[in-house]
Amino acid sequence: MTETINNIADVIGWEAIRTVVGLVGVLVVVVLNALILTWAERKVSGHIQRRIGPKEVGPFGLLQPIADTVKLLAKELLTPQNVERPLYYLAPVIIFIPVLVSFVVIPFDARLQVKDINVGILVILAFSSLSVLSILIAGWGSNNKYSLIGSVRSIAQNIAYEIPLLLSLLSVVLMTNSLSLRDIVEAQKGGGWYVFFQPVAFLVFFIAGVAETNRTPFDLPEAESELVAGFHTEYSGMRFALFFLAEYTNVFILCAMTTTFFLGGYHGPFLPGIIWFFAKTYLLVFVILWFRWTFPRVRFDQLLNFSWKLLIPVSFLNLIITGGLLKL
Amino acid sequence: MAMTNPVSIIKGAVSLIIGLGVTIKAFFRPVVTCQYPREVVTIPPRFRGHTKLVGDDENPDRTRCIVCGMCERNCPSGAIRKVEGEKREGEKKKVATAYILDFTTCSQCGICVEVCPTDALAFSDDYNVAGYSRENCHFDLVKEYEKRKATR
Repeated sequence: MTETINNIADVIGWEAIRTVVGLVGVLVVVVLNALILTWAERKVSGHIQRRIGPKEVGPFGLLQPIADTVKLLAKELLTPQNVERPLYYLAPVIIFIPVLVSFVVIPFDARLQVKDINVGILVILAFSSLSVLSILIAGWGSNNKYSLIGSVRSIAQNIAYEIPLLLSLLSVVLMTNSLSLRDIVEAQKGGGWYVFFQPVAFLVFFIAGVAETNRTPFDLPEAESELVAGFHTEYSGMRFALFFLAEYTNVFILCAMTTTFFLGGYHGPFLPGIIWFFAKTYLLVFVILWFRWTFPRVRFDQLLNFSWKLLIPVSFLNLIITGGLLKL
Repeated sequence: MAMTNPVSIIKGAVSLIIGLGVTIKAFFRPVVTCQYPREVVTIPPRFRGHTKLVGDDENPDRTRCIVCGMCERNCPSGAIRKVEGEKREGEKKKVATAYILDFTTCSQCGICVEVCPTDALAFSDDYNVAGYSRENCHFDLVKEYEKRKATR
């Protein structure tokens, strides 16, 4: 076994093997996460609403996501008249690229990171801005007023909330002196999680992240009751599934980043690091699902005011205070 | 805007936390779902299913219906199609032999129950009346009474 691997490595090089293994791992995590999240969302929503959620399809409805996938695959891919064909077809594809790239730098365990790029934070933030582009393309290319309004709102929201996201992360970077995610997690070894040192940054980052992923209470772009379905109105079947998948993966990336920056990443007693990482991440995912059925939807002007007038000054102040305290 | 006022921010944040507390309590409480085919809801006493004929107290072989036709005349939807009866030996009033109710047009208004001079009609608690044809909902209340009498 090691013989064959060594032989292959002599031919194509260790980097290539590492890339392939990393890619397969990322794809497995993305697909499994989507399945788990669809099931968890429906079960958690059900129990918060004091009903059961899916229960017929497998024990405890565990096979429900598979039934959903089969349904979406079997649906007719309807292309409406007069859409901008290149844009319409490209949008669901483009929304997936930033998501997959962000997975490359997430540290699942001390040695389970596809590639520790030394500007890891920059990679994640830059690629999450790309998903905004995909929403714009989807909304414009659909040739539908509701899609256009939905996508324009979504873009304004995403741009507005990227700033507090970055500013709160900068406080963490100031404390660590490094942009690499591995260094940030290692600096929280031994119980010194950043959530205790930077509670304000944690709150601002989490709230801005929820807004970035278009989840309630900030889900106006895809508000079912107000805009038909927002920017993915005109997409059916597998194309809709891709948007859906990208949203759930974005939720996972947000929670993974929050655990990495503020909750100590993969550190924890007794159990292997990766289990702690997933436990913390899915705890935060549960919190996001919990938010959905607790808070009413924020009105669009309230949403932008909240970012520009509250989150940005607060995170800026936090950054200044952090810098000042570190200097002393 | 009042948004940058620190007091209102704190108040707002506290109300958000209270809201989260409400939903998480609901998450742990038992579900209120009645899983229908396997569990059945108890029918309240004043439930309005289709009407049924009530038996006479002194002579359980016959219904209280005296075939006067008041229900048939007063039904606003014309759901009561045929009320027929005969005069039998030993009985002072007529005995009903056929009572056809077309449940597809019945609105369960209760006028027939109200106007019956002998209180022969009452609401049943039968809600499983789905079927494959319209005729499935044409009930002969006298036949149903006979069936209930036999199984008592």
